[in-house]
Amino acid sequence: MTTRSGGARRIAGRAGHAAILVFFVTFLAFPFYWMLITTFKTTQDLHDINNNPYLFHDAPTLDHLRVLFSDTMFLQWISNTMLVGLAVVIITLVLAVPAGYALARMKGPWAQTLGIGIFLTYLVPPTILFIPFSRIIADLGLQDSLWSLVLVYPSFTVPFCTWLLMGFFMAIPRDLEDAAMVDGLSRFGAFFKVVMPISLAGMLTAVIFAFTLVMQEFVYGVTFITSSASYTIGVGVPTFLVRGDVYFWGSMMGACLIASVPIAIIYNMFVDRFVAGFTMGAVK
Amino acid sequence: MTAAAEPAGRAARNKVMARFIDNERLLWPALLAPAIVYIVLLVGFPFLLSIFYSLSSATVATSDIHFVGLENFTRIIHSDTFWRSLWNTIVLTVISQFFVLVFAGILATALIKDFRGKWLVRLLILLPWVAPISLGSIGWLWIFDSIYSIINWTARAVGLFGEDFWPIWLGQPNLAMAAIIVVQIWRILPLATVIVLAGLSSIPQDIHDAAEVDGAGFWRHQFEITLPLVMPITLVAVLFGIIFTFTDMIVVFVLTRGGPYDTTQVIASWAYFTGIQGGDLAGGAAISLFLFPVLVAVAILFLIAARRSEVT
Repeated sequence: MTTRSGGARRIAGRAGHAAILVFFVTFLAFPFYWMLITTFKTTQDLHDINNNPYLFHDAPTLDHLRVLFSDTMFLQWISNTMLVGLAVVIITLVLAVPAGYALARMKGPWAQTLGIGIFLTYLVPPTILFIPFSRIIADLGLQDSLWSLVLVYPSFTVPFCTWLLMGFFMAIPRDLEDAAMVDGLSRFGAFFKVVMPISLAGMLTAVIFAFTLVMQEFVYGVTFITSSASYTIGVGVPTFLVRGDVYFWGSMMGACLIASVPIAIIYNMFVDRFVAGFTMGAVK
Repeated sequence: MTAAAEPAGRAARNKVMARFIDNERLLWPALLAPAIVYIVLLVGFPFLLSIFYSLSSATVATSDIHFVGLENFTRIIHSDTFWRSLWNTIVLTVISQFFVLVFAGILATALIKDFRGKWLVRLLILLPWVAPISLGSIGWLWIFDSIYSIINWTARAVGLFGEDFWPIWLGQPNLAMAAIIVVQIWRILPLATVIVLAGLSSIPQDIHDAAEVDGAGFWRHQFEITLPLVMPITLVAVLFGIIFTFTDMIVVFVLTRGGPYDTTQVIASWAYFTGIQGGDLAGGAAISLFLFPVLVAVAILFLIAARRSEVT
C-alpha cells in the first residue's frame, strides 16, 4: 500500500487538514487576538494609519487597562455581574434540582414530553418577552435595579438546567436509592446522601451554565438598566464605553478580553456535557 | 406544651411527611411545581401580555391602555421598515445558517482526527460562542472600523484592494449586511461544530471499517456513509442556529444600530428601537410577535426530531 502516490496523497491530505484548521482557527479566534494586540498598543500607535497594525511601533503600554480599572466603572460591572450570577445560580438550583429529579424518576410517557416542553421554553427568546417585561419591571419598581435581572434571568436558566439535570439524574440507577430506602433512609435522605454526591458533577455543570448564560445576556440588561452603576459587564462595555463619538478602543478591547477569556476556559472543560444537553440525548 | 406531647406531635408530623413523600403521585408534582410556576409566571404571562399589548395602545408614558384591535399590525405592515427588517432577518438567517452548516461539517470532520494540540484548537474555536456576544461584536466593530479596519489594511497590503478602494464596512447598506452575516456565522459556527462533532464521534467504528473494506473512497465514504448518519443531529444544530440568529438583536445593535437609515434593521432590533427606545410598547410588542411563527415551526421540528431519536 505504500506506493509513491499513496505517500503523496497522505502528505496532501495532511496539508489539507492543516489548512482547514488554520483557516477556521484564524477566522474564529482572530478577533480575540486582535483585542489582545489592541489592548497593549498606545493610542498614538493605533491611530497612525501609516503604521503596520500587526506590529508594535511604540512599546506596549498598560495605560488602557489603567484607564479601564480606574476611570470607568468596570470593576463595579464585574461585581454586579458576580452578584446577579450568584443569586441566579441559587434560584436556579433551588428550582431546577427538584424538578429535574422528579422528571427523571417519574414514570409514564408524558414525563419525557413534559421535560421537552420545559426545555422548549428555554428557546423563547428575550426579544419576544422584553417589551412586556419592561412594563412589569417598572410596575414592580425594579427599574435600574440588579434585582430585576435576578428575577428575570432564571426564566431561561431554569428550563435549561432542569433539562440538563434531568439527564444526569436519569443516568443514576434507581436501584441505588431503593437500596438506601430499604436500609431505612427516607426518600429525602436517600436523595441527599446517595444521589447528591454522585451527581455533584451534574450540579456543577448546571452552575457553570447558569452563570455563563447570565454573563452572556444582553437584551434584558439593556432594557431594564439605564444607569451605568447598575450595568453588568456584557451591557456596560458596549453601551457606556461606546457612548459619543470617542471610542476608547484600547480599554474596550481590554474589557472584552478580560470578560471573555476566563469564562471561555471554564466553559471549555464542560462543553461535552453542554452538547449532550443540547442534543437532547440524541447522541450517546 | 408538655415535654411528652412534643415528640409525639413531631412523630405524627413525620408520619404525615413520610406518607406524603412515599406517595409518588403527590411527591413528583410537588417537586416540579415551583419550577413550572416560575416558568409560567416569567415566560407564559409576559408572552400573553405581549399579545395583549400588541392589540392595545400601550406606551411607556401612560398607564391608560385601551383596546385598538389590529391597528398596530396594520400600521406595521404598511411601514417600509417592517418589510425591510423582515427581509433582512430572513436573508441573514438563511445565508448565515447555510454557511454554518457547510463550515461545521468541514471543521468537525477535521476535528474528529487525533492530532497534537487538539485541546488548544478546540478552545480557540469555541471562543466566539463562549464569550458574551455583545463583547465579541465589539471586537468586530473595531475590525470593521471605517478608518482603521484591519481587513482593509491587510487586503491593501497584499494587493487585493487597489489604492482608491477602501470600503466602509458598516456605512454602506449591503456591506453592513454582509458584515452582520459574517459575525452571525462566526458566533454560531462553534456551537454547530461541537454538535456535529458529537454526532460524528457517536458513529460506531465498525461502520467506517466496513466501508473501508468495501473499498469506498474518501468522498463516497463521506457522502454515502457519514452524512446520512449525522443528518438527524445536524438538524438539531441547524434548528438552534436558526433560533439564535432569527431572534438576535445584539449583533445589529452593536455593529450598526440598524443603520445606515434602518437598512440593516432586523425584526428584533426594530422591536427594541420602537418599543423601548421609542416608548411605543404596543408597536414594539406587535413587531416582536412576528418572530413567533418561526419559533413555533422550529419547536415542532424539534419535537419530531426528539421523537425520531427516541424510536431509534
